Amino acid sequence: MPKFETISQLEEYRRRLLAQRDAQAPQVLVCGGPGCLPMGSEEVAAAFQQELKQRGLAAKVILKESGCQGLCARAVKVMLRPREITYQQVTPEDVPEIVEETLVKGKILERLCYQADDGAVKAKKSEIPFYQGQHPLVLGKMDLIDPTSLDDYLAAGGYRAIPHIFGKMSPEAVIDVVERSGLRGRGGGGFPTGRKWRLCRQVPGDVKYLICNGDEGDPGAFMDRAVMEGDPHAVLEGMIIGGYAIGANQGFIYVRHEYPLAVKRLSLAIDQARASGLLGADLLGSGFNFDVKISKGAGAFVCGEETALIASMEGNIGEPRNRPPFPAQHGLWGKPTVINNVESWANVPEIINQGPEWYAAIGTDKSKGTKVFSLVGAVNNTGLVEVPMGTTLRQMVYELGGGIRGGGDFKAVQTGGPSGGCIPKQYLDLPVDYDSLQSVGSIMGSGGMIVMDEHSCMVDVARYFMSFLNDESCGKCTPCREGTKHLLEILTAITKGEGQEEHLALMEELCVTMKDASLCGLGQSAANPVLSTLKYFREEYEAHILQKKCPALVCRPLLKYTIDPETCTGCLACVRECPADAIRGEAGEPQELDQALCVKCGMCHAMCKFDAVKVES
Amino acid sequence: MSELNLTIDGQVVKSQPGLSLLLAARANGIDIPTLCFHDDLKPEGHCRLCVVEIGPPGRTRLVNSCTYPVEEGLVVQTQSEKALASRRMVLELLLAQAPAAELIQKLAAEMGVYETRFKKADPQARCILCAQCVRTCREVVGVSAISMAYRTPKKMVATPFKEDSEACIGCGSCVFICPTNVIMYTEKDGIRTVWGRHFELQACQKCGTYIAPKAQLEHWAKITGDPVESFFTCRDCR
Amino acid sequence: MINQEKLDTILTRYEASSANLIPVLQDIQDEFNYLPKDELKLVAGKLQVPLTQVYSVATFFKMFSLEPKGRHQIRVCLGTACHLRGGQRLVETVSRRLGVETGHATQDLQFSLETVGCLGSCAQAPLMMIDDKYFGRMAVDKVPKILKPYKNQDQD
Repeated sequence: MPKFETISQLEEYRRRLLAQRDAQAPQVLVCGGPGCLPMGSEEVAAAFQQELKQRGLAAKVILKESGCQGLCARAVKVMLRPREITYQQVTPEDVPEIVEETLVKGKILERLCYQADDGAVKAKKSEIPFYQGQHPLVLGKMDLIDPTSLDDYLAAGGYRAIPHIFGKMSPEAVIDVVERSGLRGRGGGGFPTGRKWRLCRQVPGDVKYLICNGDEGDPGAFMDRAVMEGDPHAVLEGMIIGGYAIGANQGFIYVRHEYPLAVKRLSLAIDQARASGLLGADLLGSGFNFDVKISKGAGAFVCGEETALIASMEGNIGEPRNRPPFPAQHGLWGKPTVINNVESWANVPEIINQGPEWYAAIGTDKSKGTKVFSLVGAVNNTGLVEVPMGTTLRQMVYELGGGIRGGGDFKAVQTGGPSGGCIPKQYLDLPVDYDSLQSVGSIMGSGGMIVMDEHSCMVDVARYFMSFLNDESCGKCTPCREGTKHLLEILTAITKGEGQEEHLALMEELCVTMKDASLCGLGQSAANPVLSTLKYFREEYEAHILQKKCPALVCRPLLKYTIDPETCTGCLACVRECPADAIRGEAGEPQELDQALCVKCGMCHAMCKFDAVKVES
Repeated sequence: MSELNLTIDGQVVKSQPGLSLLLAARANGIDIPTLCFHDDLKPEGHCRLCVVEIGPPGRTRLVNSCTYPVEEGLVVQTQSEKALASRRMVLELLLAQAPAAELIQKLAAEMGVYETRFKKADPQARCILCAQCVRTCREVVGVSAISMAYRTPKKMVATPFKEDSEACIGCGSCVFICPTNVIMYTEKDGIRTVWGRHFELQACQKCGTYIAPKAQLEHWAKITGDPVESFFTCRDCR
Repeated sequence: MINQEKLDTILTRYEASSANLIPVLQDIQDEFNYLPKDELKLVAGKLQVPLTQVYSVATFFKMFSLEPKGRHQIRVCLGTACHLRGGQRLVETVSRRLGVETGHATQDLQFSLETVGCLGSCAQAPLMMIDDKYFGRMAVDKVPKILKPYKNQDQD
């Protein structure tokens, strides 16, 4: 990889690269994304490498480990190009057959393909409903490139936006383009990105900073992880453009500690960019200097909040501070600082390449462009999706998501992580955008979309989120510190059957103060999970309090476990796990559960393979 | 810089730019209750007692007045229903957090809150985590012998590793500043004990009354560059 | 007992400035498996920050531990998707099997058990990690089999 000193050198390299590459050459892309990695994608890739070598095909077939290919429920996924055949649930044992039948003989292995409800086999990506509803921009290169290859990024059109602006567009013109595109902060705040850049540019000063917020802390969200791992150069390119626009020469990427692979991929991308003159001094002869450093989080959800993030980068505890002044005026080390989310940065290059009108044509009136969501929970097709703003919840759950897993009933969809709310059935036709989600008591957040069926207890969900928030709250301000503590206490009591009628009104009153008076966004939105579940599922709370029942059969202190003598085979699997020695009986004979000893841990129910343990409330 | 105009509780007032709403209100005879605010410390705005409602009708929000700066044309309500409700709730929460803190009981009673509906902590607890002790030690004394440790579930003021703080000079500023009498020191036989450490008190060379711990005087000597003995005379004897 | 050599290797990587407090502590945590008190006192001196700041930072962030962590670190994910799929039961099973409370290490320091807010592989819930290895689509009955090689490894 040479060092590019001028735009024409970069373009000449790209031309030669494309000329050398045969678009029709067979490629095997094994998905190495967050969904496939834990399911053995590295072993599958190794199996391909070995098989191709053994058969003398290593030079003919290009093997890559790609970024996240989306449909995580069917891990491990393998994409075969140029036909775009998508194989699912691939194991190392399948590899020899894939090479023989598909690569060599051109035959499709139906057993590894997606099967629609009517049994029809869909071999190609474009035929699969999960992908049909999507509009991949940020995720556009995920199943195309090897994220560790700068050549791949260049061949896919990367670093085209930089030459587009240097020498041709002034910083103000760049800001104008981003403003007109309508891009809003993808981290959850939804603040207009162009306006933020403009505010920062207007602050006088020679030293300004750029930060990429990669502290994706919402449980259930892994969009930013996929982008940092699967297309790291897109983030860098966006930041270079941002630096040029606001007048910053130093950028930082703050990556949460729980994402070591993202740190590794970004570090490699930074090294590659520096070596090729795309980061550092006088980029492509423009006179503009820009470099990027990585900063690692240390395990604090609150550091996703801008001022807390800055505090931790300065070597302090991650406590947010009051605003004004805003980071754009007074940020890192007191200098004007623009902080944007990973997905926001990754959107920028294409907005420059294709123009603001192109971007603004996608989405809704006030929410332009696409959004990446992690569609997880009780749907059949779980994984990462990128859809135009305005796609309805129904489309997400039933078309892309393939409906509720196990044929169950839709109960709610939780968006926005712990800062968001649960949206019930009556809003399934809600078009998803910043304002519509807010209007029903939730928020867009970073893009977590957790679907719940009748097996989820909404009181338990509220308690779960409050436990998380109480643990992550920094403790600086009274409403959040004490508020999350008492909400958790009350919710826990309700799930144990110790709730009282007055608790509901007390929680609502406390929630108002948390929302109105907390110091930062964490505290201000901490009330949302409680308020939204109280609003839409009040009867569930009342069942817990008045009848001491958990209708969804989740809150264990309110459950009763019994063993059905007709189905119990006496295999003793439950006996071995019971922590209270409450199950007695002879081997091979139906067991008996002593209610007096039962601690209601539910282990027996989890262990039983014969459905002999019955649970009721 | 020229003054600006803003409206506080229906009254148009003038203020120097750069002032906080709290100080601007006080300058005009309007008092707002506070807990973590102290004139000699940089305002942190985390107790949330000093919240006021700002903004045009229909688009108001609460902000803490101790850090929010005055703005031309800003409309501020210090006693609106929304602000009062939040203050009452903050005090109710603090009554549960620090049941033995008399200051909280007093402020709460003034707002009509006499008991708390929340589960109370240790009945002897008095710390409201206002951090005035920590901030005083860091900003005024300059030794930072204590700090806030942990996060919400266990947040507390502590010495490093909860052991004797070597940086402590025994000055007792934290004791003096604490609004709820949490930190104590004892003095006996020329020794002051605070945060578990014993400090030898230095007596005035002229009259013999105790001035301060020797360690504190040594700290001042280091700052001013004067010989430590120059601090061994009490103020009255100078 | 301060391991001066290891500590110096870490300190020379960074400029002696308060901005590098967290990276220095992260490297010490990775190297020693916890944050030893004496080393932290030295760090305060070298970076010119009050010891109280070092202590506050060490107790604020979840990745830091003032107690030694186990040789094998088990992290069970309690993110939303994992919680809904039995994450809590998974933690309880591991905890019981190893005789260790969440947030602590076993007596022999072989294992430490933690829960994490989200590991970012939500589609494979419930999830757990042992050191760098992921175990997706976990079930309570898979736990003994997964723990076995780690238990045996340390016995050899």
